[in-house]
Amino acid sequence: MRDFWRSHQQQLAPWLFLLPGVLMFLIYVIIPIFQSMNISFYAWDGLGAKEYVGMANYVELMDDEAFYISLKNNLIWLLLYMLAIPAGLFVALFLNQNVYGIRIYKSLFFFPFVISQVVVGLVFAWFYDPSNGLFNIVLGWFGIDPVAILADEDLVTYGIIAAGLWPQTAYCMILYLTGLNAVDGEQIEAARLDNARGLKLLWYVILPQLRPATFIAIVVTVIGALRSFDLVSIMTGGGPWGSSRVLAFYMYEQAFSEYGFRMGYGAAIAVVLFAIMMLYIAAFLYKMYRDEGGR
Amino acid sequence: MVHNKKILASLVAGASMLATQAFAGELVINTDTSDPAPKAVFEAVIKGFEAENPDVSVTWNLFDHEGYKTSIRNFLTADAPDVANWYAGNRMLPYVNAGLFEPVDDVWAEHGLNDSLGSAAASMTIDGKKWGVPYTYYQWGVYYRKDIFAKNGIAVPTNWAEFKAAGETLKAAGVTPVTIGTKYLWTAAGVFDYLNLRTNGYDFHMALTKGEVSWTDPRVKATMNNWKELVDAGFFLENHAAYSWQDALAPMVQGDAAMYVMGNFAVAPLREAGLTDEQLGFFQFPVINPDVALAEEAPTDTIHIPANAKNKADAKRFLAYVARADVQTEMNAGLGQLPINKGSSVADDKFLQAGYNMLSNTEGGIAQFFDRDAPAEMAKAGMEGFQEFMVKPERLDKILQRLEKVRARVYN
Repeated sequence: MRDFWRSHQQQLAPWLFLLPGVLMFLIYVIIPIFQSMNISFYAWDGLGAKEYVGMANYVELMDDEAFYISLKNNLIWLLLYMLAIPAGLFVALFLNQNVYGIRIYKSLFFFPFVISQVVVGLVFAWFYDPSNGLFNIVLGWFGIDPVAILADEDLVTYGIIAAGLWPQTAYCMILYLTGLNAVDGEQIEAARLDNARGLKLLWYVILPQLRPATFIAIVVTVIGALRSFDLVSIMTGGGPWGSSRVLAFYMYEQAFSEYGFRMGYGAAIAVVLFAIMMLYIAAFLYKMYRDEGGR
Repeated sequence: MVHNKKILASLVAGASMLATQAFAGELVINTDTSDPAPKAVFEAVIKGFEAENPDVSVTWNLFDHEGYKTSIRNFLTADAPDVANWYAGNRMLPYVNAGLFEPVDDVWAEHGLNDSLGSAAASMTIDGKKWGVPYTYYQWGVYYRKDIFAKNGIAVPTNWAEFKAAGETLKAAGVTPVTIGTKYLWTAAGVFDYLNLRTNGYDFHMALTKGEVSWTDPRVKATMNNWKELVDAGFFLENHAAYSWQDALAPMVQGDAAMYVMGNFAVAPLREAGLTDEQLGFFQFPVINPDVALAEEAPTDTIHIPANAKNKADAKRFLAYVARADVQTEMNAGLGQLPINKGSSVADDKFLQAGYNMLSNTEGGIAQFFDRDAPAEMAKAGMEGFQEFMVKPERLDKILQRLEKVRARVYN
């Protein structure tokens, strides 16, 4: 035994160090994923007996209007949430200077990310309020009638995304700010000598150096868009008549909300959401693997 | 306080080596009465119960009202209390079917509740057994601004034509006839329930919520067409889908809206906002089809014994205590609602008296509420459909077809 340990210490040590983390990851992430997949083949209210229904939950999903609305909204979220990245970069570039009190400005810009999403949702719900909200008061100055953004099936998703962009921009900003700290001053100087400035300097010299920050910003933004749940729940509860639902919220609604408790159906939605995330994560992992391999 | 008592009781019991008996006398109660008035009422009830039953010490777990709706599922299975409160009708069906509630027919028989609580017996019965004890209910109807009605020379409408005429007069005066906030959906169901009860009657309404009638039935369409008349005429508050029911109180308080189809719980916030009893009135939802008997909406709140309770004997004593006439009088005076026990007296409040008179003379039947009469999934889809209909009435057929599809699945 002792000899075995001695001769294999090098190989065993990393696994021993990994073991606690791997165990936690298995228990709290990997195993539940398979459990969800399993539950999605059952009709179950969370209380009584489970009834095996095969693919019935998925068949129903294919014919469920609400599912397609959620899916469509998820795509809109994915697309528009990406605006947080250029916006964050812009703010970061703007704040990346040395003037008196810049730290206060930086922390003020970072503030929306620190407050809870629930608070962000509430603030924006008041902002959009058709009778007293600031948004409609401002519209009124231009003689525009009040628009109830959160009660309009065509506008509601955009209204919520706008609320979500506020903290997400701050998040991307902080990623870029740290990235900008690491930008090599000599390279910029060299570029300046070669007569590069403005956008060209940004595009060819600075952005390539910010690639790690951009990578992380894209990852967190995509994941943030796919798990956009709190804002939808707080601002509209999926309404009006379900037109602002996203997959994560629909899953919660079906499985856990006051009128839900269809665990199997909720699990089926979760599996679909997981598949979408998986596609994206696999593509990204592949790209990362290729990039690192090429180095 | 209650908790301290429990510790003290078990200390004393432990000292006298009677630990087992002390545990037999421990009663765990879970309630969702987190609002100030209900909280105070339950505090008083528990105190009163303990005073009469000194051998029982109560542990009271107070849950947040909304959070309770999801936590009840967990605690009924995992860590059941001895008593829990809930709602009558279909809302308790999932727990009854899952065997999580205890039938309490013996409590009803022993304490003569079949007589004293007879009015609510039907809504407590599933499969021929009683599953809990009701302690309060409250009426629904139309709350209105008396002063605005008087100013515009409108009498209380008693039928559909008068109701519509009243609305037109109000609109001409620049007042929104009916305020409503449908953000959380259920308020629209209140309007639907009344329109359907008045158009097709109680039996049809119950058959519909039980899934026995198609949503594309012409009688449902008749109800919806009556509703469409109001929607098309602009009777309801604009942008109602953006407001909660509390938000929708504001236009009524400010005098921008004159009526509210609501439950009696709306009276307290309206009074707090400054409306006096001279300004605020209540009338029964007007007759639409004179051939159907008037039925009303009056949701009942209840207490139950979970099947996994540890101390069922004392839990039954608690149920019997809450069923008593004097206790219900006291509780409902605090809640601002109506007692179930026929020996109880109704608090001296004009809205409670009006509701009591209305409900005692109801011939058509008493409905619980759309989301208590219909199963959860149907209720959710239905209420979402009602909200959509109130904004996009032209989609009526599509909405009804969607509801029919849900019905086919939910009731099998």
